[in-house]
Amino acid sequence: MTRQTVDLRPSTEPPLPRPRPLASLVTRPQVIALAAVLFVNWLLFPGFFTVTWQDGRLFGSLIDVLNRGAPVAILAIGMTMVIATKGVDLSVGAVMAISGAVAAVMVTSGYPAWLAVLAALGAGLVCGLWNGILVTLLEIQPIIATLVLMVAGRGLAQLITEGYIVTFSDPVLIFIGTGSFLGFPMPVVIAFTLMLLATLIVRRTALGLLIEAVGINRSAARFAGLSSGALLLIVYTFAGFCAAVSGLIVAGDIRGADANNAGLWLELDAILAVVIGGTSLMGGRFSIPMAVLGAMIIQAMNTGILISGFSPEFNLVVKSAVIIVILVLQSPLSARLFRRLPGKSQ
Amino acid sequence: MTRSLRPLLATTLIFLFAYLLAVTQHPAMFSTRVLGNFLTDNAFLGIAAVGMTFVILSGGIDLSVGAVIGFTTVLIAVLIMWLSLHPLVAFAIALTVAACFGAVMGAAIHYLKVPSFIVTLAGMFLARGGASVLSPDSIGIQHAFYSGVSKSYILMPGGGRLTVVGIIMLAVFAVAILLAHRTRFGSNVYALGGSETSAALMGVPVARTTIAIYALSSFLAGLAGVVFSLYTSAGYSLNALGVELDAIAAVVIGGTLLTGGYGFVAGTFIGVMLQGLVQTYIVFDGTLSSWWTKIVVGVLLFMFIVLQRLVFRAGPRRT
Repeated sequence: MTRQTVDLRPSTEPPLPRPRPLASLVTRPQVIALAAVLFVNWLLFPGFFTVTWQDGRLFGSLIDVLNRGAPVAILAIGMTMVIATKGVDLSVGAVMAISGAVAAVMVTSGYPAWLAVLAALGAGLVCGLWNGILVTLLEIQPIIATLVLMVAGRGLAQLITEGYIVTFSDPVLIFIGTGSFLGFPMPVVIAFTLMLLATLIVRRTALGLLIEAVGINRSAARFAGLSSGALLLIVYTFAGFCAAVSGLIVAGDIRGADANNAGLWLELDAILAVVIGGTSLMGGRFSIPMAVLGAMIIQAMNTGILISGFSPEFNLVVKSAVIIVILVLQSPLSARLFRRLPGKSQ
Repeated sequence: MTRSLRPLLATTLIFLFAYLLAVTQHPAMFSTRVLGNFLTDNAFLGIAAVGMTFVILSGGIDLSVGAVIGFTTVLIAVLIMWLSLHPLVAFAIALTVAACFGAVMGAAIHYLKVPSFIVTLAGMFLARGGASVLSPDSIGIQHAFYSGVSKSYILMPGGGRLTVVGIIMLAVFAVAILLAHRTRFGSNVYALGGSETSAALMGVPVARTTIAIYALSSFLAGLAGVVFSLYTSAGYSLNALGVELDAIAAVVIGGTLLTGGYGFVAGTFIGVMLQGLVQTYIVFDGTLSSWWTKIVVGVLLFMFIVLQRLVFRAGPRRT
């Protein structure tokens, strides 16, 4: 799908500085953007930063942003890895619906909750593995390979729930969606733990480097002795797993599995979060925490639009404006413009 | 029989086989009535899929198709009902807006060097959002022209009705086949899909062609919106949700190669008809639920992708 262009010039971008001091982290455009969005929210709604402690958990708009942004953040963790390998996973929304449907149906037919959760996660792993097999063994472009599951997945989810919205009252599943741990909502805790684990595994081992190598040039990575096929399988399976976790949270939140609407269009939000986080769609360097930050920026904008009284549809226009700004900033055209500016030249 | 015609042949055979199978179970399906409904019900999808065929032939993708259809229906409804313009004037305005929208996306893809996937994703958000900002509610269209169009049709032998909407789709396919295989623009599209670098070296005007391709795709999506508006007599921002996926599926099932450079517009027609057949069969059967459509289309999509891989395995690899 991506255009085949041959660019033999050396990359003009400097490599990602690592390890980075706190000062450079704070001046990242994503951090500034999040701060700006939060500041605008505060102007619109002065009580935005008020966080209160009630019934053993935290309450407030800020906590709400974290809580509502968690499902997309979890999707973005998996999506970052997929995009870093120069792929994309369109099926995550459908996988969310499948995972929620599996958990809900198992709980309502009398199985214990832990088994239902395991089965839902297993379903996500299988879906991810299926995508991975299509991409590696059959060598189908990722966007098309995952399109198959995106189209069929929702049908499968409806097959599992037999077309109904299956509601449940199982305390464990509801706890995953709405419970709290140390005062923080459970989705936030799960998203944060997953982000921390994924980042540690990727950055403290060679895995991240290998993923970047595959993303930049798959053939070269293969010639360098990497088993890029196995790596891609792992990455897509992980994305399926993340989608399943996200699906469990969404199902627990509404106490039911809605095969039609669970995770609808969330794949696009997840991709947007990853792109805002600075991971290039052309593969290569990636950052999981920045993608999670991207998800938070999207959610902060959503919340800001809601509390400012605009209709929620306005969200889409704002989102597209954000994408356009990012595209222009990332394009070679603006890179050339910036290089002409004094002080910015390398 | 050249090797390159095989996917098209396979699609045609599978369609005929599937139709035959459906007819043996429900003999009523073999009638011009069903055929007429086929054409009418899938007209908007078919027209959108023609635009998608050109985009995919050039090695790109257009995710904004469904959103442009929705936006067009709302714009037409607003122009007719709120500004009381004649529908034909409203159609002209809507088609111009759609074509310009596509041209801007094409320009962004070419000059900003961003994947078409992400540009058209932004376009999708913009069109859906723009439509709901225009009017979040569904607007019904009451106009003499609309009721006139919906009443006029050509009676086919056997009682089938070939509606205006169906005729528009057939005409679009006929023009598109000529455009793809008999004009310089068509050759340029194929060349771009084969390899952009080689096409540029051969002297294909890459910028102009890219912009024209996306303008054409959005124009046809706008035309699909006009048809959708005639078909439902209403404008709603959530109309045609997910049609881009159906259109991509139709193009792939029709045997067009997703890496670009190879395919037939006629194949897309069969792809659309095959999806219509699945839907009609499920309606006729009555015991199968509607979600089976999605699963069957997904399975068909998978089958054809695998088929393409097998047929083109010997060809040059592009990863």
